[in-house]
Amino acid sequence: MNSASALSFGRMSKIAARFVGTPSVGPLLVLLAFGLIFSLTNPRFLATQNLSIILQQTVIIGTLAIGQTLIILTAGIDLAVGAICVLGTILAGKLANSGYDPIAAMGLAVLACSAAGVAAGSLISGLRLPPFIVTLGILGIITAALRLISAGGAFPVTDEFLGWTGNTVRLNGFIVTYGVIIMLLLYGMVWFLLNQTQWGRHVYAVGNNPEAARLVGIPVGRLLLSVYVLAAFIYGIAAWLALGRIPNADPNALQTANLDSITAVVIGGTSLFGGRGGLIGTLIGALIVGVLRNGLTLAGIDPLWQDLVTGILVIVAVALDQLTRGRR
Amino acid sequence: MSTLPMSTGTKSGTVVRSTVAGLVFFGTAFAVTAHASAEEVIVGLVTKTEVNPFFVKMRQAAEEAAKAKGVKLIARAGKFDGDNEGQVTAIEDLISAGAKGILVTPNNSTGMLGVIKKARDAGVLVIALDTATEPADAVDATFATDNFEAGVEQGAYARKALGDKKPVLAMLDGTPGGTVDTFRHNGYLKGFGLAEGDPAIAGSAITNGAQDKGQVGMENLLSKNGEINAVYTINEPAAAGAYAALKSFGKEADVMLTSIDGGCAGVRDVKAGKIAATVMQFPYKMAAMGVDAVVDYATNGKKPSGFVNTGSFLITDKPVEGIDSKNTEWGLKNCWGD
Repeated sequence: MNSASALSFGRMSKIAARFVGTPSVGPLLVLLAFGLIFSLTNPRFLATQNLSIILQQTVIIGTLAIGQTLIILTAGIDLAVGAICVLGTILAGKLANSGYDPIAAMGLAVLACSAAGVAAGSLISGLRLPPFIVTLGILGIITAALRLISAGGAFPVTDEFLGWTGNTVRLNGFIVTYGVIIMLLLYGMVWFLLNQTQWGRHVYAVGNNPEAARLVGIPVGRLLLSVYVLAAFIYGIAAWLALGRIPNADPNALQTANLDSITAVVIGGTSLFGGRGGLIGTLIGALIVGVLRNGLTLAGIDPLWQDLVTGILVIVAVALDQLTRGRR
Repeated sequence: MSTLPMSTGTKSGTVVRSTVAGLVFFGTAFAVTAHASAEEVIVGLVTKTEVNPFFVKMRQAAEEAAKAKGVKLIARAGKFDGDNEGQVTAIEDLISAGAKGILVTPNNSTGMLGVIKKARDAGVLVIALDTATEPADAVDATFATDNFEAGVEQGAYARKALGDKKPVLAMLDGTPGGTVDTFRHNGYLKGFGLAEGDPAIAGSAITNGAQDKGQVGMENLLSKNGEINAVYTINEPAAAGAYAALKSFGKEADVMLTSIDGGCAGVRDVKAGKIAATVMQFPYKMAAMGVDAVVDYATNGKKPSGFVNTGSFLITDKPVEGIDSKNTEWGLKNCWGD
């Protein structure tokens, strides 16, 4: 934090080139700057308990944003992310409440989420329909299905396993939930896939230029399908994490998760045009949104300012992406 | 995208520079604000949404009460009806901010039990406003309209005003699963003297308490059954939508349209004869009493408990015998919103 704040403006513009070359550095500076500001306004901000709470608050959107990042890297977009996750919570909650083994119920729920990914991926890769339209359609279908499945009601979840991800554990005096640990593990695993495997290189290649990727022999259709299925599988895991955070499967939940996850991805420096960006930026992007909301409340300022600042950050992030694209 | 001017290194440097300058500016502004409010008693208010005039009134009343008592109010809200996550997050932040008491209108009666327990364990007084939790003793106290009773008032009036006509009822519900929705719906049926599933109920529609959806719902129900002569509505915006649909079918004079809330727009609709009667509730009472209770707790350590009915009253210009009501003149003096 000190090194970031001690930089002079002159040196700032000199390293601007490297800054934009590594997409997650800019978001990191913004995150640290907000952290500094909020810790000055209210010393409670830096209390370990408060920092732990911010992490817990990031769990659902942060996890959904992993899948959203994968899809956006392929120059796609997923508007059904929240609906698929709620499908998972409702199925798990309903099945467990009607006597199913909770582990089987959660497993089935994750499978159902993955199936939604198969549907989206097949339509996008097979029929070459635009992801925006396909996922908008799936959003509508699942929202209606949820009303039918739940008959309008919510399912309070009391089961130990389904709520387990909300339990806390102490790591070096820092209290976190299992949900936070699972989210970070998922980030680690998908980061590895993206950066250390051929599959990951193909994701970037397809996002950059699908035609060129096809010409060098990358199976573009199969790759897109795998991306949508993996993303939806992660939304299923996010459903489990959501039940841990709020032990109540509610068909009305997560209505803004699609835009919230896209916001995290964009603030994190991933390009909406595909092929550029990465997961670490997304995690930082999700944390920026959480830090803003929490810090403003601690400072006693109307959190409506959060939406305003988030909006500015989204535009700045996209502008930076656009500017650096022009240079290449 | 190719039409945008291409940049140079200096240009993105400028962007970085102005971003940092902006952050520094924000920081200074925050630091000043926060400094002024060091040792105050903090009261948190978490409403369902920022857009409903009911909650706007609640927030205004809480702000006035907080000002009068010299305490600091921090208000937060969910983003949409049913946003549990947003409300849980808000309560967590308020605990971190050191709130002495938190007033909450839960979006879902069971959705936030965990975080409410966390708050109470941390010594924070938690009072539910408007909507009870399930179980009700999850919070220290509940200051609310008895929504079942309000539903009974609406239903009883509608049945009586309908006279000898054989009832054919349409129900415009709010958000399925909401506590308030269930209480009002069931209360109406009790007051009307019908059981759930009675063939006299022609159908129901989900409105989310919004005018546009109330209109669509009413249109569909009228298409389904043209004999409808009584309409239950969850709130006045839904009733306004229903009225527009009834009018387009030329049935506005033959249908007993009633509602609940007591918003000023709704009372004006009663005065104009669009809605026959509405049951008024008092959000400013809930909020003001809530702030007072937190201040009392902060100074004397006294906690309120149980359900405190903040009351409701039937507003109509066509009173029926045997049912207490006030006219719209009184209603317009006591309504909320614009």
